[in-house]
Amino acid sequence: MMDALFDPQTLFIIIAGAVATYLTRVGGYVLMVRMKTIPPRVEAGLNAVPVAVLTTLVAPAFFEGGYEVKLAMVFALVIGLRFPGLIMLISGWALVVAMRYFSIA
Amino acid sequence: MSVSTFQSGVKRGLPVTLSVIPFGALFGAVAIDNGLTIAEAVLMSGTLYAGASQLVGIELFNQNLPAWLVILSIFAVNFRHVLYSAAMVRVVPDWSVAKKAVGFFFMVDPQFAEAVREKEMRGKVGFAWYMGYALIVYTGWMISTVAGASLGNLIGDPKAAGFDVLLPVYFMGMVMGFRKRGNFYPVMLASAIGAIAAFHFVGSPWHVSIGAMTGILLAVILPPARPETEVTEASGEHA
Repeated sequence: MMDALFDPQTLFIIIAGAVATYLTRVGGYVLMVRMKTIPPRVEAGLNAVPVAVLTTLVAPAFFEGGYEVKLAMVFALVIGLRFPGLIMLISGWALVVAMRYFSIA
Repeated sequence: MSVSTFQSGVKRGLPVTLSVIPFGALFGAVAIDNGLTIAEAVLMSGTLYAGASQLVGIELFNQNLPAWLVILSIFAVNFRHVLYSAAMVRVVPDWSVAKKAVGFFFMVDPQFAEAVREKEMRGKVGFAWYMGYALIVYTGWMISTVAGASLGNLIGDPKAAGFDVLLPVYFMGMVMGFRKRGNFYPVMLASAIGAIAAFHFVGSPWHVSIGAMTGILLAVILPPARPETEVTEASGEHA
């Protein structure tokens, strides 16, 4: 199995997957520069991108997670209102580890 | 205000580097488990540099699917980047084509979000700062891929070590960084509802694109809010 560094079929999928991924990272830009001016409503939509996309990476984790995940995320949210990101991250992580260790959730 | 340096980009990237290391190791271990060689796992991390799609890809390698279907699935998971690159038109208008071509390769979720915040805080995103952030996260991703692929099952279950909450909490912090924006709450709620509904009725990974489009459409429909270039209260807190 390990006789070769790369299997030809796997190598092809990795390279094609890399090209497809790069296209997503430049594609939106290429589409936008074709527009001479950006209409205000398109601009409003673009401004909403970070909040809209990042929220979709958070919300299912909260709703699909167990009670310990929900509690840890609420706790981290409260910490994040006052403290920097790293402290928020460690707080949420520490709480979930503690709750699982002591089988609270 | 002066443009941020390469070093300050590296410093800003440290928390997310710590958060992605368990996932790089997880990817490396799962890749070997699914029959990839270490060289293939490293090549995949190095050229795709998109964790969720890499895990989806190797899950499909073993199922005798046609190659185009695996590639289409990778594209679907990464589709949100199209929105990022569209939004970057306003964030890095001063970069040359070559800088954009290189910089956009590294545009993972936190890289994009931090670039938008940097633009709002300083009015300009320096290429050196952006690459400092990119290189520390990329380095962490590559080292952890190699570690996971070499050590394999020593990594164990990421859930037992609480690693499964790292990225959701990190992304939640990024979302909170935008909370002073005029339409923050309507957009955030619309995306959350859209994502959760799509997660149940359509399934992953489509909940990301569908949820994001729900929030973006609401922002398009809503009357324009106050200027959105306000500096957030959390400025600099991510350092």
